[in-house]
This record gives sequence, structure tokens and C-alpha cells, in this order.
Amino acid sequence: MSELSVNHLLGIKNLTYDDLQLIFEIADQFKEVINRPIKKVPSLRDITIANVFFENSTRTRLSFELAEKRLSADVINFSSSSSSVKKGETLLDTVNNILAMKVDMIVMRHPSPGAPHFLAKHIKANIVNAGDGTHEHPTQALLDTFSIRSKHTSFEGLKVAIIGDILHSRVAISNIFALKKLGAEVMVCGPNTLIPKFIHTLGVQVELDVMKALQWCDVANVLRIQLERQQIKYFPSTREYSLYYGINKAMLDSLDKEITIMHPGPINRGVELASDVADSDHSIILDQVENGVAIRMAVLYLLASVRSNQ
Amino acid sequence: MNKKLILDQDLLKLTVSRLCQQLIENHANFSASVLLGLQPRGIFLANRIAAELGKELKKDINLGYLDITFYRDDFRRRDTPIVANETQIDFIIENKRVILIDDVLYTGRSVRAALDAMIAFGRPAEVELLVLINRKYGRDLPIEPKYVGRTVNTLESQRVDVGWSEQGKRKDNVWLVNKA
Repeated sequence: MSELSVNHLLGIKNLTYDDLQLIFEIADQFKEVINRPIKKVPSLRDITIANVFFENSTRTRLSFELAEKRLSADVINFSSSSSSVKKGETLLDTVNNILAMKVDMIVMRHPSPGAPHFLAKHIKANIVNAGDGTHEHPTQALLDTFSIRSKHTSFEGLKVAIIGDILHSRVAISNIFALKKLGAEVMVCGPNTLIPKFIHTLGVQVELDVMKALQWCDVANVLRIQLERQQIKYFPSTREYSLYYGINKAMLDSLDKEITIMHPGPINRGVELASDVADSDHSIILDQVENGVAIRMAVLYLLASVRSNQ
Repeated sequence: MNKKLILDQDLLKLTVSRLCQQLIENHANFSASVLLGLQPRGIFLANRIAAELGKELKKDINLGYLDITFYRDDFRRRDTPIVANETQIDFIIENKRVILIDDVLYTGRSVRAALDAMIAFGRPAEVELLVLINRKYGRDLPIEPKYVGRTVNTLESQRVDVGWSEQGKRKDNVWLVNKA
């Protein structure tokens, strides 16, 4: 296996087990590269990548941009707030205009689920989904599982709990797909109102009591409450949420085992995670960020190398 | 498929010993010299040489593995992506005398990529190239080895196969193979 089964990274759903392993394998090498004194390799020097962000992002965008620059690609950035999208241009027109400037790959974040899939059908460039609405966020799931992989020897039988706002979380969906493909057991935990109705069809357990979820799991991936996506109130107050679902040091200490704490960021300290947990030895939150660059380098590298076949 | 044996186990052992003696002649006690084996196949030869030098000089020789995948010039010109191998260099090569080690030298493109890759670890004082098999014709770049195990005249339709017992082969053997 030295090739991805796809030409675009639209979601984890379309990837195979072998794809995931290949991405991890390449990411291992890039992780070594970004820890060198000279962190740059010339692999993508004849490739131009456009980062097209129709939604706010700091971490993902910086991470992608850094990954692209470490691979020596040329990078252009676009954000909808300062563009003609405000003047009524369609998505396809916007992207076609960018491609007319001879761009080879598009990294896109869009508030509408399925936007990158639509794009992939209509344009020639490789598309990397950097988050589409509440649908998927494949590179986040890849870096999460990559981080778990460096901490735990095997995914087989590993128990991972995803805790928080599952309803609005593309990170949760992509993580579920990735973890299931790798052989882990997955549980989602959160207030009943934030658990999607048909989530069990993805083969995950549902738990409403956060303490029970913590007792069950080896890894807890804690998600942020996405207030900006919530049009109605799903719980009375963030204070109440934090009281019932916030994770603090005392809770972890009461467990008879050590569990790994993850968070895709940005953290709302004191809401879903107490500071003493976020900064503790249990937490691999900053490893996740480091791994994010390596994983994105691997994805771009593998997709770019397929392109010449078309 | 017909093939011809270029080096057998005994000859190969002699060749490696000779290469080690030549290295010692130029690098004395290896105080400022390091070995870099090229991934994936140059590392077996590099391991052998490091072991033999270590025995001869009674000290540990600095040995690293260099992967050139991300520095190759045929990226996107192949049917499938090239999967990278581990780069493992635990020392600084700044101002060191570096000996690059590979099994077969043919077009010289791997060595070109290796020179590029190596620079990411510092500015060496000097770089030399050691190869087990030097294919005389077919060089695309002006690159020549300083230490050679065996020079062979080959055609484009031929391939040199180096098999090491470390790879699970029964014996060390170097074959010249006519491609079908």
C-alpha cells in the first residue's frame, strides 16, 4: 500500500483502513522532519495550494498553512469575510476563479455540510475538507487518532469516549468513523439534547453520565460546546453544563486508572475542562496540535502525488 | 530471467573489509567523521561498515540513516507515491566529514537528493560517497563515488540486485539481472 484510495480528502467515511495506516506512516516521517533544525522539505515545490475559509478558524488554518510551507508549496489564503462572496458570488464561481490562477489544491472550510463534496464533483483540483458545517473534519480526526496511536500501542479494544456537544460536532463524526475503522470502541457522552437521534447507527454507545463514561474509557476526547451553532437552548446555562459535564482533577483522581485527555481546541477553560485537567500530564492537547502539522503534511503529500496520474 | 552473480558472500565480505581499510586510511580514527546510510537499501552496507570499523578501531562510529523520499526529483512523475522511511541521525553533522553510503550508484539522482536532505542537518566540512556497486554507464548527473566496492558495466535493460542476509535472504549476494 503506497497510495490513497481517494483523490480528495472529503471525509473519513470514504477512507479505508489502509489509507489511515498509510497516512500515519507518512506522518511519522514528517513528525521527524518538523523536529529538525531545518524543518522544510522540497516535496511540493511546484504545487500551489489555496486555503479557502468560509468560516472562522485559527488553529486549523495555521496548521494547514504551516504544513504547506514546510512542504515548500506556494500558498494563497482566502477568507470569505474579505471577499466577493459578500457581493453575492457563488461558491463554484469563487473557486473556479481561484483555480484559473493555476492552483493545484484547495483546502476548504465551509459552513454548509457537503460543500467540499459538491466542489469535488465540479472542479479538477484536489480538495481537502478542513471542516464542512456539522458534517466532517477529517484532518482533525486523523490527528486525534494519530495522537492516540503514539500514546497507546493498539486501537484494538481501545475504549474512547467522546464527551460534549456531539450534535454540532464534525470532530465527533469524523472521530467516530476513524476510530471504528481502526478497531476501537467508541462511546459518546453528553446531555440528551446534544446527542444526535440516530447516533447509535454509527455503532457507538451512548452514555448520559459523564462519570460512567470516564470509568469506561481509556481515552476521553472532550469537545467544546459550540454556542455559535446553537440557535435554541439545549441546556439551561453553561454553568449548569459545567457542573454536570465539566471534567476536573478530582474526577480523574477518583478513577482507579489513568486516562488520556484530549481536546480539539479551542478550550473553554472551566466549562468542559478545568484548567488543572487541561494542563495535567493526562492531557495530550498540545501533542495534538504538533501532530496536526505532521498529519496535514502527510495528507497533502499523498494527495499531491496522486494528481499526476489523472 | 537470467542473472549473473557479481559478488558472493565471501567476496562481499572481502570487499567490505577493503572499503573499511580505505576509509581508515583517509579518516584515521574517525574522530570527526560520520557515516550516513541511505534509506532504504544503503543502510545494510552502512551497518556492516560501521560494525567492522567499530571492531577495527575499538570505538563506536557515528552512524545515521538518511531518508531522501521528500527530496527526490521524480515526485509526481511516478505512478504511485513513494513511501518514506525513517531518518535517524542522532548527531550533528556541522563541520563533520560525512561519508554517504549506498548500495548501487546508477543515475546519481538518489545521491543528489541525499546531498539536499543532508544539508537539513548542518553544514558538513566534507562529503564523500561510498558505494558497493558502481554502474559505470547511465549517469544522469555529474556524481562519482570516492570508494567503490565493484565497478560493473551494465545496460539499461539490466538491474543490480543486492540481497543481504539481514533482509531475510539466505546469503549475501549481488546479482546482475536482465529485466524481462
